[in-house]
Order: sequence, then C-alpha cells, then structure tokens
Amino acid sequence: MSQTEKKGNMERIQRVIELCKSVDTKGLDPFAVNVDDIIETLKTCFPTCESPEELSLDAEAIQHLASVIQNQGNWVKHRSTSLYTDPFLLQEKILSIPKDELAERFMRVWNPVVESEQLTIPSFTEALRYWQELVPMSDRWQNDAPMQVESGETTREELIKLNILAEKTFFDHLDTFWQELKQKVGDNEKILYWDFVGADTYEQTIERAYMTSFLVTYGYATLQLIPLEEEIFIIPFKTQKSDLADKRMVSVPISVSHQEWTKWKEENQQ
Amino acid sequence: MTRKSYYNQKIKRAAQLLFYKRHMKPGIKGWELKNKLGSDYPKILEVLDDHLEKLDLQIKTVFEGETPTEKPTLEQLNKARFFVTLRGGVPSTDAKMMGWRIDDIAGLAASISFIISKKGKTRREELSDFLRTKLPGWRVDMNLNRYIKAGYLAEDENGQMYLDWRTRAEVNEKELVDLLLK
Repeated sequence: MSQTEKKGNMERIQRVIELCKSVDTKGLDPFAVNVDDIIETLKTCFPTCESPEELSLDAEAIQHLASVIQNQGNWVKHRSTSLYTDPFLLQEKILSIPKDELAERFMRVWNPVVESEQLTIPSFTEALRYWQELVPMSDRWQNDAPMQVESGETTREELIKLNILAEKTFFDHLDTFWQELKQKVGDNEKILYWDFVGADTYEQTIERAYMTSFLVTYGYATLQLIPLEEEIFIIPFKTQKSDLADKRMVSVPISVSHQEWTKWKEENQQ
Repeated sequence: MTRKSYYNQKIKRAAQLLFYKRHMKPGIKGWELKNKLGSDYPKILEVLDDHLEKLDLQIKTVFEGETPTEKPTLEQLNKARFFVTLRGGVPSTDAKMMGWRIDDIAGLAASISFIISKKGKTRREELSDFLRTKLPGWRVDMNLNRYIKAGYLAEDENGQMYLDWRTRAEVNEKELVDLLLK
C-alpha cells in the first residue's frame, strides 16, 4: 500500500473521530451517524494500521463510536420513558404560558431542600479552645527588618542577559522572518510550505512553523492549499494586509510531526 | 437502654445529620449515615420521615445515576444522597420570602423543562436564546449563572447544560412536564 493511500486512511479515521465527537459536544442527533458505514470504513482502514500511533487512532475511533451507540441507546430509552415529550410541543407550551402562570405551576412541583446553619454550644466551646491555643500573629510572622540594598544602575545589555528584556521584540523577529520568506520566494510567486518551514533540526522546524503561523495570521503572507495533490504553498504579500479582520478567517491545521519532518529531510537530502 | 429509647436517640441524630449543612452541599450520603447510625439507617429514616410528614417535610433520596425502578439495594442507598425537602409545593406568595423573583422562578421552570425536552442536555446558547424570548438579555445570563451556582443546572467545558443535583432533589420532573402540558 502506498504512503498516500495510508495517509488517506488515517485521515478517514480522523474524520470518523471528529464526527463521533461532534455528537457528544454539539448535542447532535446520534442517529445522524451511520454506524454501519463507519464500521465498514474502520474495517477497511484497520489492516493498514501498523505503528502504535495508527493503532491507537483506530482504537480511539472505536471508543468514540461506542459512545455514539451509547447515546443512541439513551435516546431510545428516553423515548420509551414516561418523561418523553415532544420537545417542540413542550417549548410551544412554555412560550404560550404567561410568566406568572409558569412560575405558579413550577412551584406546585418544587420542594426546596430544608437546611439549617446554626452555631451550637459544643462547636462554640471547641472554637474558643482553638482561639486560646492559637499563636499570635506577631509570633507567627516575625517582623524582620527590611533588607538594605545598595541602589545602582543597570544597562540594557545586563537586562538582556538576565532575560528581563528581549534582544529583539517579537515583531522585529516576525519582520526578519517575512523578509527571509520574500527572499526565498524570489521571482516565484510562492514556496512549498515544507521547503520554507523545514530546517536542520526538528526544534528549529517547529519554531519556523510557529513563526509562519503568525505571518499568515497578521497578514504578511497567505496559504494556498491544493487538496488533490496534498500540497500547501506560502505566498508572501508585498505589504502587510491590515484589512483581514473584516474578512472571514479560516483556521488551517497543519501537522508538523517528527515523522513528517524526517520524511521531508530524507527527500531533501536525495 | 430500651428498644424505643434506642430508636428515639437514633432518630434525633438522623434529624441533626440531615438538617445541618456539613459540607458545601446540604444533605448527607448514605454511607455517612451508615457510619453514624448503623446499617439499619434506612429503617431509622423511614420512621423519621413519618415524623416529618406532620410538618409537611420529607426525606428525599437522590440516587447516583438513574433512580432504581424497584426497591433500592443497600449498596445503592449507601451511594445515594439524602435531603430534607418540603413535602407539598411552595405557595407562590412565599417565593418572595425565599429571595426569588417571579421572573427568576419562571426562568428556572423554563430552563428545566427545556433541558428535559432536549433529552437532558442542551447547548447554553440554545437555552439562552429560548429564555430571551421572554426575559431581557442581561437577566438571562445572570439567571443562568445563578441556577448553576445554586446547583439546579450544570455546564460542562463544551458549553452543554444539564440538570444538576438540586433539580433532582427538589423538582418532580415528571409532574412538571405534565403540569406544563395540561
């Protein structure tokens, strides 16, 4: 099986997980999920799972699917109980009843909890005994004389050394990074995401991916996604675009895993 | 000690344990009652409940998970929480004495029934929109937070709202739905 097919299978499993999760988190109708179809998909994908990560992803999908089936069970159970009422009918009824009448009806079935908070003589005696044994504040928190410190001056370099001040501000870094992107793109319009983000070490790659995300968010560059070829390009803008806030923004999750970095590095070396 | 005085003492102790708030939540767990009163505490509670009936009060048992359809086992009782509640409903004229405005109670009634109609959970925005049809927007959020703080409703990290322990202890859900549909 080719890497592309395998990747496609993993994405399918990921989509199954997202779908099942949305039933729980968004309160969707659990019967909107076609369990048979999902089982069929997982059956097809399972033989391609080899690494522990892939197998755990498959197990996670099964776990979420089980939760959907449990929700379906609860739904059937609820329908069969005497508490089940057509939600629409009940909501219409609540809307048609005046507020006072609604409160009045509620109070007929409301039995508030009765509770009491009262000081008793034994607890009062115990509290007094505790008070007598309590060490005074002056003994507990000794008033030490304030430490005498010689005042002096410090330089910007010293503050940078102490990590109190940064050598460059974040936006200086971002600007440098933007210039580097424009330089790498040169006369071409765009550059492959991994060709720009990829670095000698995985740590550097992560840092570059992090900075790239800010370049896109703050309007220094944009991403071009080509889903069929599974390629992502970065296109730098000549000037920073400040009108992005008015437009609909879309988040694009890009996985920068160690495995992908290794693969990129191997291909790059060839 | 005669059998009668033994039970009298146990009943007094049970009343103290049930009435006085000892933790954040009122009431007491079954296993705590078992430790304080002995394993025959369900019998003691039954007798106390008879006494409380004269005062229009009752002992309410809230089980962990779903209420058993048959007679609960000792294990289920040990895990349950016991409260003293009013037996009959509250006269609407008394609501003010309890610090509730008529709007607050109507909002609570609407919230509880809305959640029941949504199979026990709903998104906070959906519930807010529903309440906004009859209550001013600024009051809706304030009230929802108040219901959550009091333990009537609960909200999870995904913004889903559920009925919480106090609703299960104080409100007869089935009767409420019947009354609303009448």
